[in-house]
Amino acid sequence: MAHSAQAEADHHDEHPTFFRRWFFSTNHKDIGTMYLVLAIIGGIVGGLLSMGMRAELMEPGMQIFGNPEMFNVFVTAHGLIMVFFMVMPATMGGFGNWMMPMMIGAPDMAFPRMNNISFWLLAMAFVLLVLSLFMPGAPGSTGVGGGWTIYAPLSTSGTPGIAMDFAILSIHLAGASSILGAINFITTIFNMRAPGMTLHKMPLFVWSVLVTAFLLLLSLPVLAGAITMLLTDRNFGTAFFDSAHGGDPLLWQHLFWFFGHPEVYILILPGFGIVSQIVATFSRKPVFGYLGMAYAMVAIGVIGFVVWAHHMYAAGLDVNTQAYFVFATMVIAVPTGVKIFSWIATMWGGSLSFKTPMLWALGFIFLFTIGGVTGVVLSNAGVDRSFHDTYYVVAHFHYVLSLGAVFSLFAGWYYWSPKMTGYMYSETVGKLHFWLMFIGANLAFFPQHFLGAAGMPRRYADYPDAYAGWNFVSSIGAYIAFAGFVVFLVGIAMQFMRKEKAAANPWGPGATTLEWTLPSPPPFHTFNTLPRIK
Amino acid sequence: MAIFHRALTVFAALVGLTASGPAFAGKGLASPWQIGFQEAATPVMEQITNFHTYVTIIITIVALFVLGLMIYVMVRFNERRNPDPSRTSHNTAIEVAWTVIPIFILVAIAIPSFRLLFAQYDFPKADVTITATGSQWYWSYEYPDEGIQFDSIMVPEGSLKPGQPRLLTVDREVVVPVGANVVVGLKSNDVIHDWAVPAFGVKLDAVPGRLQQTWFRALKEGWYYGQCSELCGRNHAFMPIAVHVVSQDDYDAWVSKTKSAAIETDGKVASTQD
Repeated sequence: MAHSAQAEADHHDEHPTFFRRWFFSTNHKDIGTMYLVLAIIGGIVGGLLSMGMRAELMEPGMQIFGNPEMFNVFVTAHGLIMVFFMVMPATMGGFGNWMMPMMIGAPDMAFPRMNNISFWLLAMAFVLLVLSLFMPGAPGSTGVGGGWTIYAPLSTSGTPGIAMDFAILSIHLAGASSILGAINFITTIFNMRAPGMTLHKMPLFVWSVLVTAFLLLLSLPVLAGAITMLLTDRNFGTAFFDSAHGGDPLLWQHLFWFFGHPEVYILILPGFGIVSQIVATFSRKPVFGYLGMAYAMVAIGVIGFVVWAHHMYAAGLDVNTQAYFVFATMVIAVPTGVKIFSWIATMWGGSLSFKTPMLWALGFIFLFTIGGVTGVVLSNAGVDRSFHDTYYVVAHFHYVLSLGAVFSLFAGWYYWSPKMTGYMYSETVGKLHFWLMFIGANLAFFPQHFLGAAGMPRRYADYPDAYAGWNFVSSIGAYIAFAGFVVFLVGIAMQFMRKEKAAANPWGPGATTLEWTLPSPPPFHTFNTLPRIK
Repeated sequence: MAIFHRALTVFAALVGLTASGPAFAGKGLASPWQIGFQEAATPVMEQITNFHTYVTIIITIVALFVLGLMIYVMVRFNERRNPDPSRTSHNTAIEVAWTVIPIFILVAIAIPSFRLLFAQYDFPKADVTITATGSQWYWSYEYPDEGIQFDSIMVPEGSLKPGQPRLLTVDREVVVPVGANVVVGLKSNDVIHDWAVPAFGVKLDAVPGRLQQTWFRALKEGWYYGQCSELCGRNHAFMPIAVHVVSQDDYDAWVSKTKSAAIETDGKVASTQD
């Protein structure tokens, strides 16, 4: 083939200049990298916010926050940032974008340019949220202090300042980002699998992001509607949530949680996929019960849409309504249990090596189990009567998130960063990070079960003196976990400084998915020629 | 059912024995280093506590079972001891087992769970009726049958008398007779608040535009505290609930004293900061 305009264009496409490469990207690997960078920044900001809160809660009395509303603003920002600007960009935007196309043998996403706008919408959303911290919120304060759940009327008449409107716009952009991303993921997975890769041959990580994409597609529009109703109640004279004019505050709760519950499965499902890949790799054995694992995730996703009001047991729902939600919520424990036992059965008879990714995956399996069983406790409305809005709930969701989702993120990082960067990490630093995080997060969150049982409410800047003991322990644990996070960041720097080259497959025969057939790092474009799957 | 109850009591006693010492709950408020619930002061809270003990034992067994399997797997099948991995990826019998057995466990949890839930909503005939209205940031109480109403505002730290718990003491507390069925109506003047008393097993949101009801029957005299349990703004942590359970005679005396000396505060907002 002679040189031609096409070849010239290919050459430019192959080596875009800095601005074009990073602002006008159409490359799933680069976009994945940008998402991971954003997620790390989100983790730093969200983590610093939690350090502020734990420092205040270390002792009874108000030592740090002059205005208790500022504490509420920290609570809110911590939640919104960790959910929308740390876990979601890392799992879907980061690992999903990077690995899914390679795992199915596709050259890129179905809509590479829309992939880019998904990222930049999220970056803009983060800017808006951070800006909101400095805008007037509740009377006499800046920022939004309604919790990530922003219940009305606290979020309408209770927060007259524009910080709330900035936050609403931020969530709109973040939601749009994820909806477009979901469309991209679903289309890619359904249409661009390499010849021979049937749905039932896809890696479980691909299954996990497929189910997650459907959850995003179906739940986020409800959130968008709800926050638009909030915006019009605040600014355009509507009364959706204002009982004095015919509305109902409980409508907000139903709409929010109809999104909010699928959201928590959105946060964890990709982690399930990551753990499946890692456990199989480091057991040198295929995942046990592949179909059960895939359809357990589908079941969790589907049932996850009909359990939302277990977040509302104390709101004033009729007893029969509560009874239905108790039943439906307990059902989810069954497919989840199938997954835990299948991971263990995968390891049974395998040949286990305990490299850093496997440590995180093992930690995940046990600690997510703990978080999961306290979820079973909470699903019972009768006992949730005592636990609702206490630290028992905070303990539950931090076990499934900080000790579940976050562990899976770090597992994915150590597993895939040699592939993405081309450099091996230091096993010593990786293990130090793991142990600091394991000890710190357990110390931080296990005592919170006790605090909740003893009656300590959540979202409290100060507490009666009897709660001081376990709060002190929890704060020490939080500091240790943050130290682990610092070690993580130092480890990344070291990874790039040491420049120890990573092989195409550093993990041996257990790593059987397509990304391990490519060089580390892979070329800008991969699978221009489709592989054939047997 | 009686065997169930006896087994539960035995387990509860065992759990109580293991959680002895500083972990014993004080009456009406938490104790330092407390691990479990505050001591139950109502039949509903007794039932909640028993159910919780039962479920906690089940989930502890499940978690330890998973941990045990994982430790065994890590020891027995590490690469040095098992250099040749098997390729087994199916076993129908075990897959059926680990689907069906959890269902049985969940049913075993669900039966007492529904009994507890429906018991909480089995409202008795009211002996005393109170409405609690949440405002930012204090509670107001009315006894509509007695014509009593007053605000209940947190006492700031500097004004506490010796022995009064910080962040829980109010200037005027709810008073109810021991053994009486008390129905509490919940209302709100502004945002959503939540009226909760842990020792009673009571917790219900106060939603503007609604009147919703909960109830309790306190079995022992004493002071019982709770705290607002729905984020309501700046001083969410500073609008406590205090209930003084007294004998019927003391209650009658309090009612007549209060009716005749109808004092109202000005709706001052409680805060530790100004």
